[in-house]
This record gives sequence, structure tokens and C-alpha cells, in this order.
Amino acid sequence: MIPLSWYLILAAGLFSIGLFGVLARRNAVAILLGVELMLNAVNINLVAFWRYGDVALMAGQVFTIIVFAVAAAEVAVGLALVISVYRRRNTVVAEELDLLKW
Amino acid sequence: MTAEQIIFLIVGAVTLLSAVLVVTVRDLVHAALWLVATLFGVAIVYTLLNAGFLAVVQVVVYIGAIAILFIFAVMLTRRQTAADTGAALNKNWWAGALMSVLTFAGLAYLLQSWSGFSKQASAIPSGFDAINELGGALTSPAGYVLPFEVASVLLLAALVGAVYLAFNKK
Repeated sequence: MIPLSWYLILAAGLFSIGLFGVLARRNAVAILLGVELMLNAVNINLVAFWRYGDVALMAGQVFTIIVFAVAAAEVAVGLALVISVYRRRNTVVAEELDLLKW
Repeated sequence: MTAEQIIFLIVGAVTLLSAVLVVTVRDLVHAALWLVATLFGVAIVYTLLNAGFLAVVQVVVYIGAIAILFIFAVMLTRRQTAADTGAALNKNWWAGALMSVLTFAGLAYLLQSWSGFSKQASAIPSGFDAINELGGALTSPAGYVLPFEVASVLLLAALVGAVYLAFNKK
């Protein structure tokens, strides 16, 4: 049997890798890829706590489904913003989008 | 080591390796394809956790919709050259690496100091139908019907917002 700790460490590793992607990538689409990795790490945690707690309480699985819906909404709006920015500025590099910087 | 543990170790290693490639490869189409590999690994982890329905939803929603959306966004935002120009990582990437290593160390420290860290799973009671329970929880007023409906409103609002934002006014 697999102890709970293995799943939690896998999720922590996936979350940290996603955080690195968000902080270090230049391309805005790649930053959104990092956000997806972080959301998946959260989902692994939720499902693992459902399985290792009381399986009759479905809160873990229900919340995972809500996270799926929020992730889909986030990607749709995020990529629409990136495409809109690309049309106006002809770039998707995050550090070139500095209109709010002085 | 049981067979389950060996499967978990292989799947976990493949998932983490492809996640590292998602955040480091320069070509964004390759990064999106490595994201598909990571998502498949997470789906197998759900199966190991006896959440078969979520594994199917992961493949259909994440791989079938979100990853394809990413590939389309990469296609629509390509520059004139074949590969995206410039470096993949910004000049402060070392600070990001330090931050994520510190986050992982902090999480691992917090988790190992928790008493339930190396808990074993109890057996699933016989006759327990997870999909039936999940459907009941999502639709019964005593369960989670309100968050479920709010999520559908959120999806509709996001859909309208995405169409408005990406609409070409010219």
C-alpha cells in the first residue's frame, strides 16, 4: 500500500515546478502552462485526502470537479487576453508588456 | 515493494520529469505536448487513488480541451520566425528557482511534522459506488448543488468574456 506521504510529496513537487514556470518563463502562454501544473498539484492533494480520509464524504472529489471548471474558465479567459494583447502589441513576452511600469 | 508502489514511483517520476520539461523547453508546442504527458500522469495517479471518474474527466477536460486550447494559442501568437525568439527564461530565473525550492522545502517540512503524514488508506467499504455518491453529492440540496450551479455560471461568464476579449473588432 502507498502511504499518504508519497502523494503529498508528489503534489508539492508538481506545485513547486509550476511555481518556477510562473516566475521564470518569459512567454505569457508558458506562464499559463505553469498555472495549470499548480492547479493539478492541488487536485492530487484533494483526491488523496478524500481517499485517505472518510471515503463516504465526497467533498474532496466535488471540490476537484469545481477546480476543473475554474481551470477551464481561467485558461479560456487567460488565452483570450494573450491573443488580444498579441493583436495590439505584437508580442506575448511578459516583460515587454510594461505600460503600467514607470 | 508492492506492484502498486512500483507503478506509483514510475508514474510519479515520469510526471515530475515532464513537468520540468514543460517549464524549461524553449519551443512552446513541445511544452504543451509535455503538459499532455504530465496530465496523463496525473490521471494515472487518480486511478491509483480509486477515483476512476476523475481520471476520465481529467483526460476529457484537461487533455481534450485545455491542452488543445494551449496549442491553438501558441499557433495564434507565433512570431514570423519558426521558433519563438529569445531565451525561454527571464533574467531573474534564479530567483524563481530559489523561490520554488524554498516552497518545496517549506511544504515538505510542514507535512512531515504533521502526525497523519504516513497514514495508510483504509479499505473501500464493499458496495461503495463512488460515481453514484459523487452524482448524489453534486445534485442534492443537502450536498453541493449550489457550488455546482455557481461553477456553471462562472463557466458561462468566462465563455462570454473570452469571446468578447478575443473578438477582432476590425
